[in-house]
Amino acid sequence: MKNEYIPQLSKIREVIKHTETEYTFRMEFKGDVKPGQFFEVSIPKYGEAPISVSGISENTVDFTIRKVGKVTNEIFENYVGDSFFIRGPYGNGFDVDNYKGKNLVVIAGGTGLSPVRGVVEYFARHKEEVDNLTLIAGFKSPDDVLFKEDFDFWNETIDVIMTVDGAPEGYEGHVGMVTKYIPDLPIADTENTVFICVGPPVMIKFTVMEILKRGIEEKNIWISHERKMCCGLGKCGHCKIGSTYVCLDGPVFNYVDGKNLID
Amino acid sequence: MGYQVTCEQAEAVFSSWKEQYDIFAPIRMEGEGCFSDTDVIRYGQPDRLSDIVWDKKSDYSFKEVLLKIHEVLFYFTEDQTTVPKGPEKEILIFLKSCDLHAVKRLDQIYLKNGFEDFYYKRVREKAKFILMGCETTCDSGFCVSMGTNYSDNYDGYVKLEADHALFDLKEGGLLESLEVLVSEAERDLNNAAKPKQITVTPDYVKENKEKVTLPKNLSNESFTKEIWKEYGSRCIGCGRCNFACPTCTCFTMQDIYYKENAKAGERRRVWASCQVDGYTTMAGGHEFRKDQGDRMRFKVMHKIYDYEKRFGYPMCVGCGRCDDICPEYISYSNCVNRLAKEEE
Repeated sequence: MKNEYIPQLSKIREVIKHTETEYTFRMEFKGDVKPGQFFEVSIPKYGEAPISVSGISENTVDFTIRKVGKVTNEIFENYVGDSFFIRGPYGNGFDVDNYKGKNLVVIAGGTGLSPVRGVVEYFARHKEEVDNLTLIAGFKSPDDVLFKEDFDFWNETIDVIMTVDGAPEGYEGHVGMVTKYIPDLPIADTENTVFICVGPPVMIKFTVMEILKRGIEEKNIWISHERKMCCGLGKCGHCKIGSTYVCLDGPVFNYVDGKNLID
Repeated sequence: MGYQVTCEQAEAVFSSWKEQYDIFAPIRMEGEGCFSDTDVIRYGQPDRLSDIVWDKKSDYSFKEVLLKIHEVLFYFTEDQTTVPKGPEKEILIFLKSCDLHAVKRLDQIYLKNGFEDFYYKRVREKAKFILMGCETTCDSGFCVSMGTNYSDNYDGYVKLEADHALFDLKEGGLLESLEVLVSEAERDLNNAAKPKQITVTPDYVKENKEKVTLPKNLSNESFTKEIWKEYGSRCIGCGRCNFACPTCTCFTMQDIYYKENAKAGERRRVWASCQVDGYTTMAGGHEFRKDQGDRMRFKVMHKIYDYEKRFGYPMCVGCGRCDDICPEYISYSNCVNRLAKEEE
């Protein structure tokens, strides 16, 4: 019987520095992974943290990690030429088939872009499989922008609105919350338009409110939740909301189910 | 198969079981109670059948046998992990009907909710259960209301009386020890007290002092009830209810390292409580249920609504231990009854 708690040692292939506190670690991993799934990433002595996959290739997975807690602080201090322990992938992830042939709008707040980056990347590179793709990405300030190289590519291939909550004088890009851009989105056919919304709990709440105002049906909205997850296996109980285990049944939810998740 | 034997013969069977099994049962731990000069009844390893406490409910349940309070998942050095050995001997657990029903709940979470749990499974596969009957109800239990007062899925049933003992053994290995005793007694012509083969029916409670009615119309709407606010002002968030509960299964991961060698240590899981601060706190500090009333609501709804929605039967087995152990005298059973009454 497989012991799911035993992590495997995974070498760091590459480190991409986005900001002072947010790096992407490209780690060795072979196996099937979907965007939106997560791994438990750990350094013995500091513990484990659930981190979603921000990129997938044949022999690697990317984790975009913000230096925010005990485990991630240690990861930032001691990564050079090194390796971490990982176990996973866990959770359901995004199923790109749900969005094929649709007018897809992806709205992401901060590191919320990580779990959905794989979906954006997929359709940016397979444009024929989607009617249209719009990405609205919000960051705190111009210094907090993640995946800058991706944005260079996405700006050429898909509709992108990158916005920051606040910026110094003279900043030429968009300033304001992601919700500001939803009322003016060109939506020709509400039936054929689908939304994915990922970010902090409060951002999801207000973004979905704006989306619904546009006449989009609940079944055409997907959200992804983050919670404390000690095991990722449906055992530890920390991520349970009602009868739902976010680690097993999510973290990606259709809004029809997701709206009933009250902590 | 049912037998009536003398107390000495029963102790002889128990002794032979002890050779094969690590036996866990409720025993009295003198002077170890919460207050000075009080005892606590909790699970330990009795030397004799008569060391077992038959007539009182244990303050803490059997669950620490299957699910250790803290369990080492693996030892680590810089780049290697080693899993500690599981139990070598088989395990025999003496428990009451409510607790035997709780085993089903533990199995549900640890074996049938997503992945199978390696550590639970390796202990569980070695475990057998001896039912202890209840002649009378305990003060706080409401097993009849929860339908957990009766069990017939035991491996064995034992009742120790003043001058004799009753056995009903279904499991081959357990029965073997008794059959050896029977055949020895039959060969011994001088032995007046031969084991008698009789029909043994386990004692079980048919009525409790405490009666609980489960509310029938709970939903997400129930989250906003005033009742939770009231409990929020009383609960101090100590988590004792969760630790005494035989069906609570939550844990938190913990890494510790050794002072002598900071590069070596262990990852373990320790019991967690949804009532205690930090249960939902994520890295960065965001917490989902800060208010104690919301935590009480989360616990109660899980026991009587959320779990049933997922698995088809309520989680609570009505043992009443949470009511017994609460330092604020919060009664879970009363809370459930109030929710049901509000529906009238």
